[in-house]
Amino acid sequence: MSVSDLCRDYHLPWLGADGKSKMGDVALGSRIRLARNFSRLPFPNRANMKELAGVQNRAASVFSDVESAVGQEFDVVGIEGLTPLERDVLVEKQLISRNLVKQPQYRSAYIAADRSSSIMVNEEDHLRIQCMAPGLDLARPYAVASKIDDTIESRLDIAFDEKMGYLTSCPTNLGTGLRATVIVHLPGLVYTRNMQSIINISQQLGLSVRGLYGEGSETVGNIFSISNQMTLGFTEEGLIDNLTSAVTEIVEHERRARNALIMYSKDRIEDAVWRAYGILRYARSLGEGETLELISKVRLGIDSGLLTGPRPETFSELLIASRPSFLKNLAGNENLAGTELSHERAAVVRKVLTDTSN
Amino acid sequence: MLCDDCHKNEATIHITQISPEGKIEKNLCEECAARYGDFPQPDAKNFTVNDFLKGIFGKPPKAEPAVEPMSGLVCPNCGMTFEDFAHTGKIGCSVCYDTFREQLTPLLKRIHGASVHSGKIPRRTGGVLVDRREVDILKGRLQDAVKAEEYEKAAEYRDQIRALEKKIAASEKARKEADEHVGQ
Repeated sequence: MSVSDLCRDYHLPWLGADGKSKMGDVALGSRIRLARNFSRLPFPNRANMKELAGVQNRAASVFSDVESAVGQEFDVVGIEGLTPLERDVLVEKQLISRNLVKQPQYRSAYIAADRSSSIMVNEEDHLRIQCMAPGLDLARPYAVASKIDDTIESRLDIAFDEKMGYLTSCPTNLGTGLRATVIVHLPGLVYTRNMQSIINISQQLGLSVRGLYGEGSETVGNIFSISNQMTLGFTEEGLIDNLTSAVTEIVEHERRARNALIMYSKDRIEDAVWRAYGILRYARSLGEGETLELISKVRLGIDSGLLTGPRPETFSELLIASRPSFLKNLAGNENLAGTELSHERAAVVRKVLTDTSN
Repeated sequence: MLCDDCHKNEATIHITQISPEGKIEKNLCEECAARYGDFPQPDAKNFTVNDFLKGIFGKPPKAEPAVEPMSGLVCPNCGMTFEDFAHTGKIGCSVCYDTFREQLTPLLKRIHGASVHSGKIPRRTGGVLVDRREVDILKGRLQDAVKAEEYEKAAEYRDQIRALEKKIAASEKARKEADEHVGQ
């Protein structure tokens, strides 16, 4: 798939696509990220252009091995060759990080054909291996990430210290270099005002909880990402088990909160989710935050059986299709004004909701 | 990427200067960029974990034995000084971890609550660690076998441990000799 097609496509298979994955009613997707560096070469923040190019060449030299190990083809994307909008779309789709596009020169990404794996070159570390899976499933993406790591390591020297483990540009990633993340949809806990206590407890367990959308402490759309904070002194399996059991507990609390909401005010909730669906289906102008709130209600309706009709995967498709850079890129106009953007968003949302082609 | 002018700090600003002689493009650090005139400053809210790290590291709490700031300590591989790290909160290269090991260990304990890796080991650069882990596992099994009075098994484990320890000693010796060879 060419990059321009990739930036116009709103399907993202790993982000809670079918709602049938493990705990898929709450856990939308899981991601594993491994930070790796080549030994002796300066880390990207201290490397000159020649050294950065050297890192890219090393990555390129092992790539056919990685493709055959994973059994998938990867698209090689040079960040500098993309338009600023295309860069932002890839960030919105979480295929690359915001950090990678800050300085586009000599930065690149390898993106798997099914978009469930990507490898960033010259982000904060020489290599950032990312693997994703739908629902709550960290073991499978870890196995893939570890296989990619093994393949690269069998040909190239990776920076490692017997005491400190994998060496990373920032000491906060040292050791395993592993950051595991689960993306969860928590409307029940937000509407019953329990979110703050979940955040507090998670911090005590060494986990960080962040709103996926919105700025600062104001989150929109009831979607959160939960990840491990510490990386040194634990095994990869230990870190994954800890996060998995914490998320399982949060999923239980979320289900209880949803049940309570429906038990006490079924009529109101049912009305709210159908109204949300109606607005998304017919509105002619939709704001960014407004759309996220409406999408969250529709997904709550689908998962609790109150709303029938839309396919469950429309949720993740709408999440991608309603992002500002995606819309601007689709319209081919990076200077789209606020009202035009809202108009465009409503049109695309209507199209996704009536799209029955798959 | 390092600044094109001072070659010391990380370049964070890219400028294009158009003059009668033509177009010059440069990657500069904030300090050097300031000499070229005013630039829109990045959003002040965007501070990162590295800002915290330099803060933490700038002033170690008194309870811990104060490590000398070791001015003059320079990474032989990438040229990073200890002051650079206290300034940016970022490490320069993999060799820096060896150069500043003594200074970094207390910081790691503060970030992670631990300073010893116990996860995955790369096969090629992991050194003798794979074998050492295996020895630890076998020693545990040996004790279990002795407790259960399964002496035949225990003897088997003992032989395996001895063989591995021999292998570790040999590869450590080889590495030492290689290091000395480089030093000459």
